[in-house]
Amino acid sequence: MVALADPTRRKVFELVAEEPRSVANLARTVPVSQPAISHHLKVLREARLVRAEPRGASNIYHVDPHGLGEMRAWLDQMWGNALDAFRNEINKAKERNNDGDH
Amino acid sequence: MTAIIKPAPVRKSVTVDVPVATAFEVFTSGFGRWWPASHSIGKSALRSATIEPKAGGRWFETGEDGTECDWGEVLAWEPPNRIVLAWRIRADWQYDPSLLTEVEINFSEAGENATRVELEHRRLENMGAAGEAVREIFESDRGWSGILKNYVQLIEKR
Repeated sequence: MVALADPTRRKVFELVAEEPRSVANLARTVPVSQPAISHHLKVLREARLVRAEPRGASNIYHVDPHGLGEMRAWLDQMWGNALDAFRNEINKAKERNNDGDH
Repeated sequence: MTAIIKPAPVRKSVTVDVPVATAFEVFTSGFGRWWPASHSIGKSALRSATIEPKAGGRWFETGEDGTECDWGEVLAWEPPNRIVLAWRIRADWQYDPSLLTEVEINFSEAGENATRVELEHRRLENMGAAGEAVREIFESDRGWSGILKNYVQLIEKR
């Protein structure tokens, strides 16, 4: 997908998936200019991955619950969590084997 | 904009300190030992989850009450390097045999006694095919946003 092909844009999406953020907040976290962040957000908005909610003078960006963003963010976390559990199981099995050697 | 939304595949990887054959074995026949019990679609709590070791084999969970819920099936079975699974679970947590998303897992050598496991969950755009119905589900508390919220809370508590 074009919207998430760019690594910076993907990073912006992942940060918004973590918690709602403003452009200023994103610009502090991602090492690119504020106009660049705004452009990435525009593309993400057009792909319905994020949506903007006005707050005061600025916008707060959320994952778009109408689009597939929320689901993708969830699957992303789920598989990350699953692979962590897989690694833990391997490490546990190794410890058991090492104990058996003594 | 009327373009079809095609989310990028979810890609994850992990390196484990065991040979490729062991990593494959634990991932597949040991699936029920490590799969997080919180990731369940059944009405009953998850007791185990199973990947049947053959092409066309079932991928399913077994609840505490013994009921089985299908998740999908094995599309490619190539031990010890690769498996492709069909994940047929909709956004509303229902098994739907007409939905196809694919999970490919590759196991490759990463030095002596180490294996890199790379996972890709793709064709996620198919989940959006149900259109409005799915949209409503996204909005409800029982939908993805609710689940995501619960899930994040769970992670933060660890």
